[in-house]
Amino acid sequence: MLHPITTTHYLVLGAALLAIGTIGVLARRNIVVILMAIELILNAVNINLIAFSHHLGQVHGQVFAIFVITVAVAEAAVGLGILIALFRTRSTVQADEINLLKW
Amino acid sequence: MWADTFFFYLFALVTLGGAMLTITRRNAVHCAMSLILSLIGVAGLFLLQRAEFLFAVQIVLYVGGIMVLFLFVIMLVNLDQAARMRQFSGQWWLALACVLAVAAQIVYVLVRGSQAFRFARPEPAAQGGNVERVADVLFKQYLLPFELASLLLLAAIVGSVIMARKRI
Repeated sequence: MLHPITTTHYLVLGAALLAIGTIGVLARRNIVVILMAIELILNAVNINLIAFSHHLGQVHGQVFAIFVITVAVAEAAVGLGILIALFRTRSTVQADEINLLKW
Repeated sequence: MWADTFFFYLFALVTLGGAMLTITRRNAVHCAMSLILSLIGVAGLFLLQRAEFLFAVQIVLYVGGIMVLFLFVIMLVNLDQAARMRQFSGQWWLALACVLAVAAQIVYVLVRGSQAFRFARPEPAAQGGNVERVADVLFKQYLLPFELASLLLLAAIVGSVIMARKRI
């Protein structure tokens, strides 16, 4: 079960990384760390794509992983820009202190 | 064969350990350093599966680009006060329970259904190296998504510049 590394090993690893990233998004208060946890989730997706690409002997999964990385870059840039604007106006980076739309 | 097994568990340990440190450290700079460790582990996993181009992209783009962006923002935003406050929100136990339940289900399905992954025979290895094959598929079959990705990046550049201006 442990020795020959199969596709299932990579998929289980991806699921574990997804779980850790989701816990980070849901439970942390610091927005910078939440953005980092989103990067972890996108990396878990990439591990799955590459595992199936290797399993099927095609490179379509790797092309999709390139697109996922592109979206991750765009998300990080815009997210950090929003974070800077937020810090200027509210001077806090705690996710639960930004409750203007809450009632 | 044994080398593959050894390096898989080594990189898996680096990836998951770095991820755990990322979401538990108090100092945001330590979180970023742990995330770099985790991303390097993922890059090693890419290399193990013969995805050499993505290995290079992961190192150059994630570790070299995105993490420098994160570190710059950590320096710009004053996080000293945040580091002294409570790190986890009030419902962290609920999040932990739900995520662990979902992860256990996913792992159970994956392990039970691992025999079902024989849905397609692997194609015989194509000619050329990994970079040539990726470029072939990317520029022939996925040309439109490739161009749309450049549009997305343009929108992201404009958006982040406008967001980071003094007065919005």
